[in-house]
Amino acid sequence: MSAGDTTMTPVLEQQEVAAAAPQRILREGLIFEHSKAGRRGYQLPALDVPEQALDQLLPKPLRRAAIEDELEVSEVGVIRHFTRLSKLNMSIDAGLYPLGSCTMKHNPRINEEIARTPGFALSHPLQPAHQIQGSLELMWHLEQTLKEIFGMPRVTLQPVAGAHGELTGILMVRKAQIKAGNPRTYILIPDSAHGTHPASAAFAGYEIKELKSNSRGTVDLNALAEAVTEDVAALMVTVPNTLGVFESEIKKFAEILHAKGAFLYCDGANLNAFVGIARPGDMGIDVMHSNLHKTFSTPHGGGGPGAGPVGVSERLVPFLPSPTVERAADGTFYLQYDHPDSIGRMRAFHGNFGVLVRALTYIRSMGPEGLRRIAEIAVLNANYIRARLKSSYYLPYDAATLHEVVFSDKMQSAQDVHTLDIAKRLMDYGFHPPTIYFPLIVAGALMIEPTESEPKEELDAFCDAMIAIAQEVKERPELVRTAPHTTPVRRLDEARAARNPILRWKK
Amino acid sequence: MTPEDSRYAKSHEYVHVEGATGTIGITEYAQKELGDVVFVELPQVGSQLEQNEELGSIESVKAVSELFSPVSGEVIEVNEKLKDKPELVNTDPYGDGWMIKVRLSDATEADELMSAEEYDEYVERESAH
Amino acid sequence: MSNLPETPTHRFIPNASEDVREMLATIGVRAIEDLFASIPADVKIDRLLDVPGPWSEIETRRWFGQLASRNKTAVDHATFLGGGAYAHYQPACIDQLLLRAEFLTSYTPYQPEVSQGTLQSIFEYQTHQSMLTGLDVANASLYDGSTALCEAVLLAERLVKNKTKVVIAKSVHPQYTETVRTYVQNLGIEIVEVGWTSDGRVDGEALRQACTADVFAVAIQSPNFLGVVEDYDAITAATAAVTKIAVVAEATSLGILTPPGEHGFDICVGEGQAWGVPTQFGGPYVGFMVVRDALKRYMPGRLVGETVDVDGRRAYVLTLATREQHIRRGKATSNICSNEALIALAANMYLSLMGKEGLREVATQCLQKAAYLRQKLSAIASVTLPFAGPTYNEFVVRTPFPAAGILGDLEHEKILGGIPLAQFYPGHDNDFLVAVTELNTREQIDHYAAALSAAISRKRR
Repeated sequence: MSAGDTTMTPVLEQQEVAAAAPQRILREGLIFEHSKAGRRGYQLPALDVPEQALDQLLPKPLRRAAIEDELEVSEVGVIRHFTRLSKLNMSIDAGLYPLGSCTMKHNPRINEEIARTPGFALSHPLQPAHQIQGSLELMWHLEQTLKEIFGMPRVTLQPVAGAHGELTGILMVRKAQIKAGNPRTYILIPDSAHGTHPASAAFAGYEIKELKSNSRGTVDLNALAEAVTEDVAALMVTVPNTLGVFESEIKKFAEILHAKGAFLYCDGANLNAFVGIARPGDMGIDVMHSNLHKTFSTPHGGGGPGAGPVGVSERLVPFLPSPTVERAADGTFYLQYDHPDSIGRMRAFHGNFGVLVRALTYIRSMGPEGLRRIAEIAVLNANYIRARLKSSYYLPYDAATLHEVVFSDKMQSAQDVHTLDIAKRLMDYGFHPPTIYFPLIVAGALMIEPTESEPKEELDAFCDAMIAIAQEVKERPELVRTAPHTTPVRRLDEARAARNPILRWKK
Repeated sequence: MTPEDSRYAKSHEYVHVEGATGTIGITEYAQKELGDVVFVELPQVGSQLEQNEELGSIESVKAVSELFSPVSGEVIEVNEKLKDKPELVNTDPYGDGWMIKVRLSDATEADELMSAEEYDEYVERESAH
Repeated sequence: MSNLPETPTHRFIPNASEDVREMLATIGVRAIEDLFASIPADVKIDRLLDVPGPWSEIETRRWFGQLASRNKTAVDHATFLGGGAYAHYQPACIDQLLLRAEFLTSYTPYQPEVSQGTLQSIFEYQTHQSMLTGLDVANASLYDGSTALCEAVLLAERLVKNKTKVVIAKSVHPQYTETVRTYVQNLGIEIVEVGWTSDGRVDGEALRQACTADVFAVAIQSPNFLGVVEDYDAITAATAAVTKIAVVAEATSLGILTPPGEHGFDICVGEGQAWGVPTQFGGPYVGFMVVRDALKRYMPGRLVGETVDVDGRRAYVLTLATREQHIRRGKATSNICSNEALIALAANMYLSLMGKEGLREVATQCLQKAAYLRQKLSAIASVTLPFAGPTYNEFVVRTPFPAAGILGDLEHEKILGGIPLAQFYPGHDNDFLVAVTELNTREQIDHYAAALSAAISRKRR
């Protein structure tokens, strides 16, 4: 590790510059450290009903003492605190955020405005149908629209995240297999899959059989034909897969599975690559979850909320979560609870309605041509990055890719510089790093997904930064190895955090 | 160096036998693969383990792995130091980083495991993949 | 594809014809369509999708505005609706701050150097949860109250070997229990339900008897779905040997009710919506989970911990992540692979603004105003409050007439007066659930009592 010692000087210079700059903006104490007795951040109207003795309303043993150490902070204090905290984050509004498989696209503000319309924001989930026709109609329209985009006969809007949608889908598969006489034992999963797939499958009571990818990084048709027996409940694939490669033989997958009574499950996380170009239902896919926070532009919010609607083929319709939204003959909308074969309810109430509003707003803003243009430009942008970077970074699979491209650190590891270092150095150039070390079938993976939201100039700036880093790896590897240098904090001691976890503030 | 006075399982645990007692831990190779160990979950004293039965789990920053008992026996001691200092598994896997001691129920089981030399060859083959 | 015209530029997609030309040249292909060659022709569609649009913001506002106006809400009604979703005061600055791009449009904080804002906020949120529930360790949030209960049941199950039953009080939110039923249907876990006594509290003797040797956990809710505040100590005494889960569906109640952590409960889960999150037809909300220290390494979902960076500066990072789904894969023990970060942030802001005094004052006002309505209603002849146990801000009302009809009459008076209980508990046709919060004025409450009285007299005639 001492090879780079001679290059330490510039690093120190950078630190000195940082140390000399006013630091306050990059530091912010915990809100609890701002508390001071007697301050307040709220005001309620005075109590306007006759006050009764507390002891009469709630016996003393049921009441708590004052909440120890809870805050006393002014509104100004709260606003300053959270504004300062916000400045420590990178965000898509500030620039390219090329996380592979995460589809960090522009989040239109009209979505936010519509979701805040009081008629939606104040509607209550347990109101009778005649009082909430607006909310029900919106959900109905979103389902019709997703049905058309997916090419599938029904879509449930109840799941609130990708993993939640997956679980919903696999529970339906299991219920359908049970109904057909035998739940079966296995779910087939390619080795390139996201970790939630085996997790969801196991959760539904299945064992997992892993399918090895072929040299293109896709599912091998012969291996699949061999693996599919009467004991396989379903195959879970991602289309395009986590390398960005489309499973060109997807229709044959469906034929092989259907012949044995098994289902084809598709992870729709990468729908952005082909929305408006091709439809999962037309490929023979039986069940697909889609992340509204990816393809349909609802904000990630630092890790949620999202929504994970699931589309199904005719065979799985009876097993959808209950209730469903239906339109009566008179044009009114209602919740249908009568689904005797339903897997049940995936969550209280009706899913993340506020996220559904944003997604429908976006889809209407795009229109049919706009939806298609999403895929076209997303794929163009990814292939542009691929073309510009392929001489600087190793491309482990050279099959044609759609919306994302996966490089590895193979050309850099000779200098003892690895994917993590490259990712951290990108921060110094002002870019959020790509997804790293995923998919698992690529050692040291750098998975880049620019989305359609990026103009050519931003893509060029990113590529220039990546190329500059590749050059730095050759000339000043220590600079990259010790990056980042300009962020609010530098590399963290993660082992310390996990060995003796400090998970809350204490006085 | 892989200590020659211990025996090794394919799942990278070692057992060091002294009389009727076996001391179990994970190998140098295994700790390196795991990276910074942050937590070790071990069985209670008195519990009975079968050979190849899961005895607990080990967590590093990036992964969690099951630990398997290379031999059968009753757990007679657990390394309490690992509670506060799991990093001992990294710094001294064959010494202070040991995990449990068992009263062996079948002394011949250890003989069926790999020797240090065989284990080194095994690891070399494994990592060549 | 070739028979379709070139797609026009769009305001959300910057690259236009000139950019496309230059980029295609760099890539070395003739047309965008060449980039899609790997998708076989027989799965491509040769038409545009049949969906409306593209709409300008003007058209979007018009259409969605009309839709929204078809809902009957607090916009022009007095609302007394609860049942797990409550209308509370929302401080103005919360929504303004949530719209800051750095919070709204960032991803999961996997890269801590450029995500300290989100990470520190979650750490603060965890601290609030811990203080409020009297338990040691909170996670970064779960989807909502119902799925939080699912995760709590799963956590409790993996603490022990060979126990297969969970006891859930019938007075836990019925949709929460339904969700648990869905989650565990293939896991060999059986749900045993325990009813309530005449005061509306969980039946202690039935609870004691239900806790057989094969039970791994018991879950109760307080205030329960009938609005009645449970006696934690009595429940702890009746369920000595199992993991105890407390569900809190009305989070503001923690401002005045004694916290479950101080009464022998091991896990507290709940719904944080009441902390200033709009009811928005059921979501997004924010589930919380807080556990005893000994259970922290079994916690599902994300956790943020404190550490230092290479320069020794205090910093925050996702920790104990190895149990998360994307790492555990087939061995994962929970369904959650994300959290509700933005809503947890809103809750953190709410709790910070309200603080020690505000949380207590909100809870006190809810309690007092609900008590005032209780008093007014119980004065009406033929109205009864069937459950005598202590309540917080919600309670069951019974009249001699079917609830739907009575509530329909209140609706004519611009009152959204409650939630019929029969949809959850068959046989309770004449009962409905009424909730009161600090937003309800004395005038609204008086009007409610008068309108209910009038509705009953009309039906009597």
